[in-house]
Amino acid sequence: MTAPAIELKGISKAFGPVQANKDISIRVMPGTIHGIIGENGAGKSTLMSILYGFYKADKGEIFIAGQKTDIPDSQAAIAAGIGMVFQHFKLVENFTVLENIILGAEDGGLLRPSLAKARKTLVELADEYGLNVDPDALIEDIGVGMQQRVEILKALYRQADILILDEPTGVLTPAEADQLFRILGRLREEGKTIILITHKLREIMEATDTVSVMRRGEMTATVKTSDTSPAELAELMVGRKVLLRVDKKPATPGDIVLDIKGLRVVDDQKVERLKGIDLQVRAGEILGIAGVAGNGQSELLEVLGGYADGTGDVSLNGTPLDLSGRSSDGRSRRRRGIGHVPEDRQREGLIMDFSAWENTAFGYHREPAYQSGALLNNQAIRNDTAEKMARFDVRPPNPALAAKSFSGGNQQKIVLAREIERNPDLLLIGQPTRGVDIGAIEFIHQQIVALRDQGKAILLVSVELEEILALADRVAVMFDGHIMGERLSSETDEKELGLLMAGVGS
Amino acid sequence: MDFLTLIQLLDSTVRLATPLLLACLAGLFSERAGIFDIGLEGKMLAAAFFSAAVAALSGSVWIGLLAGISASVALSALHGLASITFRGNQLISGVAINFLAAGLTVLIAQDWFSQGGRTPSLMGGARFEPVTLPFAEALSSVPFLGPVYSELISGHSILVYIAFATVPLTWWILYRTRFGLRLRAVGENPAAVDTAGVSVIGLRYAAVIICGVLCGIAGAYLSTALQAGFVKDMSAGRGFIALAALIFAKWRPWYALWATLLFGLFGALETRPDVIQAVIGIKVQGQLLGALPYIMTVIILAGFVGKAIPPRAGGEPYVKER
Amino acid sequence: MDVMPKWAEVILVPLISLILAAILSALVILAIGEDPVEAVNLMVTGALGSTYGWGYTLYYATNFLFTGLAVSVAFHAGLFNIGGEGQAMLGGLGVALACLLIPWPHWTIALVAATVAAGLFGAAWAAIPAFLQARRGSHIVITTIMFNFIAAAVLNYVLVNLMRPAGSMDPATARFPEAVHLPTLHDILGTVGISFSKAAPANVTFLIAVVACVLVWLLLWRTWLGYEIRSYGKSEPAAKYAGISPVAITMIAMLISGALAGMMAINNVMGEAERLVLNAVEGAGFIGIAVALMGRSHPFGVFLAAILFGFLYQGGAELALWTSIPRELIVVIQALVILFTGALDNMVRMPLERLFLMMRRGDA
Repeated sequence: MTAPAIELKGISKAFGPVQANKDISIRVMPGTIHGIIGENGAGKSTLMSILYGFYKADKGEIFIAGQKTDIPDSQAAIAAGIGMVFQHFKLVENFTVLENIILGAEDGGLLRPSLAKARKTLVELADEYGLNVDPDALIEDIGVGMQQRVEILKALYRQADILILDEPTGVLTPAEADQLFRILGRLREEGKTIILITHKLREIMEATDTVSVMRRGEMTATVKTSDTSPAELAELMVGRKVLLRVDKKPATPGDIVLDIKGLRVVDDQKVERLKGIDLQVRAGEILGIAGVAGNGQSELLEVLGGYADGTGDVSLNGTPLDLSGRSSDGRSRRRRGIGHVPEDRQREGLIMDFSAWENTAFGYHREPAYQSGALLNNQAIRNDTAEKMARFDVRPPNPALAAKSFSGGNQQKIVLAREIERNPDLLLIGQPTRGVDIGAIEFIHQQIVALRDQGKAILLVSVELEEILALADRVAVMFDGHIMGERLSSETDEKELGLLMAGVGS
Repeated sequence: MDFLTLIQLLDSTVRLATPLLLACLAGLFSERAGIFDIGLEGKMLAAAFFSAAVAALSGSVWIGLLAGISASVALSALHGLASITFRGNQLISGVAINFLAAGLTVLIAQDWFSQGGRTPSLMGGARFEPVTLPFAEALSSVPFLGPVYSELISGHSILVYIAFATVPLTWWILYRTRFGLRLRAVGENPAAVDTAGVSVIGLRYAAVIICGVLCGIAGAYLSTALQAGFVKDMSAGRGFIALAALIFAKWRPWYALWATLLFGLFGALETRPDVIQAVIGIKVQGQLLGALPYIMTVIILAGFVGKAIPPRAGGEPYVKER
Repeated sequence: MDVMPKWAEVILVPLISLILAAILSALVILAIGEDPVEAVNLMVTGALGSTYGWGYTLYYATNFLFTGLAVSVAFHAGLFNIGGEGQAMLGGLGVALACLLIPWPHWTIALVAATVAAGLFGAAWAAIPAFLQARRGSHIVITTIMFNFIAAAVLNYVLVNLMRPAGSMDPATARFPEAVHLPTLHDILGTVGISFSKAAPANVTFLIAVVACVLVWLLLWRTWLGYEIRSYGKSEPAAKYAGISPVAITMIAMLISGALAGMMAINNVMGEAERLVLNAVEGAGFIGIAVALMGRSHPFGVFLAAILFGFLYQGGAELALWTSIPRELIVVIQALVILFTGALDNMVRMPLERLFLMMRRGDA
């Protein structure tokens, strides 16, 4: 029997008090695609970073092709024939494709011969695997799909036999993703070993030969893909049966609360991100926005939340919203009754160093209830926070604790409590359960539905189709700054939405 | 203004531009690798003192130069320790180094020489003498080109020629060698370098040490070639003008040459108000000329005349992330 | 997640940094052949052993209080204002104009006017770098450095060409009129029967500086404006989300910072020199950086650090007087403090964090 291409034995790794990997063992046979699946924060990326020499394991051994191998740094990983395509590409933006490919793998002290050789090799690789790129294009001028190719080429140029891809489809359209999987198939035929890290069940089922499931830093199972089912994998991932459907009554939509007509947003780089959007959200309904990340959903939230400028006609309860200029900021929006749970709570929704009570005032810190004369009434804010924490079951219920000391789910509850308890007419929510543990997910979903049932309008953005289908009453799909189509969530499915997300019109 | 005055003016431009050029290229190496360096001033000052002091004690300017470079490199290593190893704030580290040099030079000068924070005047072999290029004498009578060659090009200290030769050398290293590619990459996206199996820390230390060497030569030039000895605070803001020139040059070697020559010209004009008055017909305040490099840099930074985009990873300590 | 308890963060880390700086300073003194213990003795007696010494210590401390607060306020907004030196120079110009142009009947009114003028001039000098940062993204560290040099040139020009009294060779203004002379601590304490050195320059400005500390504390932690400044300093994307304007906060924080730096001039120009000279600031703007770093940008910390640096300055002057140690020793100590409390912060912090982590594991 051939030796496994990779074998990990008893790998453990802790970051400070957090145990990211606990005693993990895994075997991957050569010439196969092996999936590693798990929720965000399950420890998948940490494990692969250890294999790539980015982190040092506290305990455990690595065997490459049967040989015990020490991988103290990326150099050693490359020497052992391992290549890695990170979730966030590691490319130098203002270098050419060619320069990026030879970086670190130059043949000598001078660049010219290295570049010439790389140019030749690139043509060969393009023929062999169908990986065409323009070697002289600057990285900043090519699209993400192309950039990912450059990353794969970087690994192949270093003669990698083992290729690790970390969440490779997060930024790709379904069509680009399909193309990627075809390339991976070619690579497997050529005898390369591929490890695919993802949290998407569909990709695992479609592309892999074997799959390992991780949960909270532990490896819960390794199975043949053909012997398992999505339902079984999902259960292994979260540890118990998942409630894929949220318990909710049919919506009873009322008057139009948010009315968007011809909304356009141009970003700092002068790229048009929203190309004329029309949407309506009624009182008592949840409108879900589906789409691959980066197709304008973030910009939609930002412009409605008041921190990106746009053009077009947007009105709230019949009164126009200012889309640029003086009264287009978060404060004015909040005064108009728009609550906003942002997509990235650690970057936007919270000040991580501030205490929970300071964060509870965030965005509402100029409210008269929080002032006493010219000064802030800190005691009033603290009392308010304690009440909110109790109602939203934030643990530990200590208003003086810094936001960074809470778990992801509890951080999200702090943000949610702040925004929902203001009783907004319209609530914007981005990625409500990203990086949130299962228990908190249910709670958060219930709160959102409860707010809907009080007759509030909710605009939900999520890249998780399952979440959209479970929560939203209507779904609008965004692609490349356009709305591709709208469906009632009771009358559509993942397949139809997936086509729309790929820009295939109906 | 006659021809000879012009030659004289350009001649002093070259002299004054030399330390700026060396320090500017020093900063270029460091900042291109992603390490901001506002401590150029301090490194120059330390080098100026140690080269003059050791030259005075040993009688050899070359040993002095070596001592100056060592002192400057030592401060560079400190900057590296703070900003690379301990991922501290590069700006604060630079400020600290400037003060450290300002204080220590006087303290040690007083301890060694007891002359009120200065070194003895350097004479003979303890100073860099002007180098007369071949045929300078013979050609001096040739009209136009003669004086240009014998007065302007010939007759500088060896360090001046080294400084000017460093410009093409820097360009070549940066754009034609493996080291240059990696250096530029580490200033733009250190994660790309790290994942490519190259040590970010090693590269950045290399860059910071090169910066130290060049600052060392710049400082040595001040006290052993431009002047004959060290006096307190003799770098007199040149490190900051070099920094301004670096921004002005948009972190490119050839532009750095033109920028430092321009700022050198301002310096030369500052001592010759009569020339300005003769040329443009109005009396320009010396203070204005002195402040001109700073004002021009602010204008460049404000983006009114082209945009100066610093290396993208500049100022940020590198932390591995998932 | 916080690894260290708050007390370790607030007290232990700066204390260890300070001790490291002190040890190195002692080694420097040893290296130049002097006795560190003797030196400390001399400094303590010189700076704290008499009301004369205290008068100088507090005088210097007053300068550093203003510049330290200036740097701190900017730090809280995530801005590094190296321009305190230039802003203080311009503040001096404001004080000189206020004191010379208008015949004030009494020092109290003059003090109010001079404080306003100093603050306005300092703020104005900070306004341009602030605006360029806020609107054009020009790096404020570089622009404030440049503005220090430009300020020196401006002051030089004004003093040499415009404000120098006829017949004087000194690049300085005329002396301020008698009516605007500020009461010294000798005068103030004399009214309550405490005798204080008449020669020392500490004056009523010290009290204003202490009030400024309290006001800055109130501003930062007890008003929504301070809340916005601190929020913006921690996270710009979050501030935008919350409706906090980056442009407005950058401007406001820098204007306050510049005004505080400028207000230093009522101490050194109005309170001490009683005329404006070229090098009036004497590096106090830069010492503000060390003071803010050591004081962890908290007004109370800044107060303690300013007193410490006041002590170092007066003690250093005494040392220079009685030994062969030049005043520049203080510059070295200042550099070491900036180095250890600022740039090498992690060198102290990382081993401490490891220690606390081990202790916590031991508990569990």
